[in-house]
Amino acid sequence: MKRRAAACAAALGVVLSACGGGDPGSFEVGPDPELPPPQRGLLPSMTVAEPAPWGDRQPTVPEGYTIAAIATDLAIPRQTLVLPNGDILVAEGRGGNAPALKPKDVIAGYIKAQGTTAVEGGNRLTLLRDGDGDGTYEVQTVFAENLNAPYGLALVGNALYVANQDALVRFAYREGQTRAAGAPVKVTDLPSAINHHWTKALAASPDGRFLYVGIGSNSNITERGMVAEVDRAMIWEIEAATGRHKPYATGLRNPTALAFHPETGELWAVVNERDEIGPNLVPDYLTSVREGGFYGWPYSYWGQNVDDRVRPQDPAKVASAIVPDYSLGSHVAALGLDFSTPAMGAGFAEGAFVGEHGSWNRKDPVGYKVIFVPFRGGRPAGQPIDFVTGFRGEDGKTRGRPVGVTVDPRGALIVADDLSNTVWRVTPRSRLSQR
Amino acid sequence: MPVTADRTQPSTRPDTHPVGRSWIRPFHALLLGGTLSLFLGALLSDIAYYRSYEIQWNNFASWLIAGALAVGVLVLLSAIVDLARAAWRGRPAVYFVLLLVAWVAGFVNALVHAKDAWASMPAGLVLSAIVFVLACVAAWLGFSALRTGEVR
Repeated sequence: MKRRAAACAAALGVVLSACGGGDPGSFEVGPDPELPPPQRGLLPSMTVAEPAPWGDRQPTVPEGYTIAAIATDLAIPRQTLVLPNGDILVAEGRGGNAPALKPKDVIAGYIKAQGTTAVEGGNRLTLLRDGDGDGTYEVQTVFAENLNAPYGLALVGNALYVANQDALVRFAYREGQTRAAGAPVKVTDLPSAINHHWTKALAASPDGRFLYVGIGSNSNITERGMVAEVDRAMIWEIEAATGRHKPYATGLRNPTALAFHPETGELWAVVNERDEIGPNLVPDYLTSVREGGFYGWPYSYWGQNVDDRVRPQDPAKVASAIVPDYSLGSHVAALGLDFSTPAMGAGFAEGAFVGEHGSWNRKDPVGYKVIFVPFRGGRPAGQPIDFVTGFRGEDGKTRGRPVGVTVDPRGALIVADDLSNTVWRVTPRSRLSQR
Repeated sequence: MPVTADRTQPSTRPDTHPVGRSWIRPFHALLLGGTLSLFLGALLSDIAYYRSYEIQWNNFASWLIAGALAVGVLVLLSAIVDLARAAWRGRPAVYFVLLLVAWVAGFVNALVHAKDAWASMPAGLVLSAIVFVLACVAAWLGFSALRTGEVR
């Protein structure tokens, strides 16, 4: 305890400290999390990741699975896409251009930067290829460059969609290509002013007619003003053929990854919730997304829990707020989502993988792992299971931070790690022995 | 001690405030005026935010408080120098302590203003008012002491 308190105070270099609050527990995860009352001391609690190289270490995977780094020295990998021929595309970049508005922003920006990579974002797509199927991706080549903080990726037929931080663009894709034939075509601009939350998550509807883009809020909790939140904190539905778009669901503070459930065809999202009202508030969540639904931000959280930091308030919106399906725990920073397939092995056949980037504004770090949320009948069923861990070592050092997770239908989970600039691949061992 | 300085001073009286004629005094006054104005600006910005919910006033208040604290450090240093050089320490000491209390309250106010959006209210507004009043009283005491010293 003493060490944690000291670290917390040291984080701001000030003696005054408001470190406090309980540890995370299973009571906080699942469909019906326990929500403590909001709390905030004079200083927010923080424990920023202390980066260290992997060396000989590797992330930990369950018994019967193996993990390998299939690409290193990338330029901030975020999301990945497995192409029909097994090639993997990796979106690399760092976005956002939010100016510091208060003295606090200057200080917090410096502190948070300590826990991320010093590498410059690539603004490109890298293609990885395992030509002979031995699990070694011997080709690592630039597929497209000069993009603007690309994040979400989706393939519909021969159209490769990339969600840059300011626009949805389309490449013509031919199977086997290792380099895009030309510059992409713009489908539509995306809201990009300020871009406090810059990532643009992307998923294509099963029929390929529509694209869904997650657009994060322009603030933690409206501290950049209400005007900055026009067209923010929502998921857009974009018609692929025309670029016409409309808000599909709103009040989602930062929808960082989208995926369609393979059986029900429902759109699911992981959403990062608001900070600075305590270590166990507000839970980040995994939810099915209802068309026209409002999920609370900024006026309320987890249904009708009013956030008093927002003025003017809106009781009518609060009353209409939908309770999300499944809490992942507060501050875990879920950034990756994909649904599994039976090829992943019996224990992980039905459910969703979620990449958790890890907390910074919490005394006891949480996240820093990939979890598996078991599903039954298209709904979450049961407690999450750790799938990839060890990104944050017992020595307190952080060697990796998971972002995008993608299920390779051949039976592998692809994990992008934006701290060590690595792409990891987790495979069931039985799959290898079948070869 | 320059001879010119002694001309204004009746030779029968002890020199209770030698600092009044040194460079520190006008510099000190300049800084104190700055701190007061910045704290006043923060208070007015807080009132504007409280009434309008317009977030930019909250940003203004945060920077004005930060500025007041930065200049305030120099005021405190000047006050310490005055205190050290004063022959009679009653009023300069009260002045210094009040200033210090105002600065500490101002620092707490800066942390309160670092909370997002309405989370800084109403505590931030109340603190801004308290800090401004404290700084005013400190300045009043400090400089009325100075004036009597010079007139004597």
